[in-house]
Amino acid sequence: MSDKFISIEAIAKRYPGAGGATTTVFENLWLSMARGEFACVIGHSGCGKTTVLNILAGLDAPSEGAVIVDGQAISGTSLDRAVIFQSHALLPWRTVLGNVAYAVSSKWRSWDRAKVKAHAQSFIDLVGLTGSEHKRPSELSGGMKQRVGIARALSITPKMMLMDEPFSALDALTRGTLQDEVRRICLETGQTAFMITHDVDEAIYLADKIFLMTNGPGAVLAEVVQNPLPRDRGRTDLHRHPLYYALRNHIIDFLVTRSKTFTAETPGHDPRNVPVVHIGKPGLTIASNGEEQRQTWIPGPSPGLTA
Amino acid sequence: MTSSLRLRAGLVSIALLAAFLGIWHLATRSTGTAATMSPEYAKLMGLTATQGKSAMPGPLDVGAKLWEHLKRPFYDNGPNDKGLGIQLAYSIARVGTGYLLAVLVAIPLGFLIGMSPLLSKALDPFIQVLKPISPLAWMPLALYTIKDSSISAIFVIFICSIWPMLLNTVFGVASVRKEWINVARTLEVGTVRRAFTVILPAAAPTILTGMRISIGIAWLVIVAAEMLVGGTGIGYFVWNEWNNLSITNVIIAILLIGIVGMLLDQILARFTRMVTFPE
Repeated sequence: MSDKFISIEAIAKRYPGAGGATTTVFENLWLSMARGEFACVIGHSGCGKTTVLNILAGLDAPSEGAVIVDGQAISGTSLDRAVIFQSHALLPWRTVLGNVAYAVSSKWRSWDRAKVKAHAQSFIDLVGLTGSEHKRPSELSGGMKQRVGIARALSITPKMMLMDEPFSALDALTRGTLQDEVRRICLETGQTAFMITHDVDEAIYLADKIFLMTNGPGAVLAEVVQNPLPRDRGRTDLHRHPLYYALRNHIIDFLVTRSKTFTAETPGHDPRNVPVVHIGKPGLTIASNGEEQRQTWIPGPSPGLTA
Repeated sequence: MTSSLRLRAGLVSIALLAAFLGIWHLATRSTGTAATMSPEYAKLMGLTATQGKSAMPGPLDVGAKLWEHLKRPFYDNGPNDKGLGIQLAYSIARVGTGYLLAVLVAIPLGFLIGMSPLLSKALDPFIQVLKPISPLAWMPLALYTIKDSSISAIFVIFICSIWPMLLNTVFGVASVRKEWINVARTLEVGTVRRAFTVILPAAAPTILTGMRISIGIAWLVIVAAEMLVGGTGIGYFVWNEWNNLSITNVIIAILLIGIVGMLLDQILARFTRMVTFPE
């Protein structure tokens, strides 16, 4: 887990503001992820989360800096990086099968119709939509639409999945089911995933690594929180884990207070060496780029004292 | 519930039609002997003077004449006496030709303008100036340059039906949802394939709406254009029958113009429904 599969290096995004001034959403942002890792970004609206994701997807270009994926600087969009859109973005004039097949035939242009259909069908089955292939998006519920979005993203067998608040428009029950599905699929396929979310519990359940961003404009990546929960965590007993509340409180404290004051209180913050936070596990460090990391320790109840 | 509403609406429609025809009949019927005069003089003056009959034909006169026309729609007794079917066919052919030419120009051009902000801005002043020009104002210029009245009429149809289609295509193409474009971008779909698989289906309802507005305008304009160029067509028929003082035929022509216009609109409405997608 020490190789940098994705490396965002010193990117900035600026917009021309009124009167010749420029608005800087963020600058000198460094971020890296290992292959097979699931990362969530949490921050308030306007901190540039979506911009970071769009830059990763290639839909937007950074004003400065570069993004390196699998050893190569990216330029523009790629079939290696699939996006699951917040608004599902299904083509309403196509059926479920048509939407997935559109992606499949875009990736493998020489495939014949039957092969495309069979491949698309296998991913529709994977997300549990067997039987709804010939429905149009307007006939589906919100959760089913997002399942199609997931099937479409997975069907092109991307190197990584980018998700922009994919479940925020869904009701709580559907959201839970889809989180389970996404977690299962990502673990099964070893998919690298980058997800933006507003939901702290969603991040705790899904992510290996949680990126905390301060408020914009001039947002910075404040901390990388390493999720201490075991990889085989389940939704039902998640909150019984001894470190669950320490982790949750840490993130919520950050969102409520520290996201506003972080920049002022931490003048020596080095955006290249963002502190990695380990909840309740002193002595275990992740040296992600060979340099010594500054560590922050959050004391949690010692493991074994579970109720 | 819906069917009962339709039934009731249908009944009201029929009642209104019956009332209209009744009032029309009463207003134009003979009122009996209006003035006594010598038989020779009475013959000269006609029914209007002798029996108080209105010069306006009544519904029964129009109905009888219409039946005559419907029995022989395609007769041809020379330049000034052709069946209504022939006249309508001439008009529809002119509208169809001019309209199809306009479709062939407006939709590809609209695509180009809609996809290119540069062209959109550069061509905007020309479109803004050309659009409000009455299509008939082009007629002298068309007659002078083309030197053929029939082709000039087609040109006028072309020029009047191009604007709604062009503007709707530009609007439809330019306002395709960003997220659908982004889907195509993340799938590395090329420009041409993107135009046909994402932009065309997404803009189709707007484009078809423009085409529907255009066919309506084209049918309005053809009547006026044919009155000017003469020779054939339903517009010429109206003017010719006015010169013949045959109000009955003028009323029949008006009725048929309305029915054909409605049919053209319904055809385009059906196409619009075919490409409309529920969201």
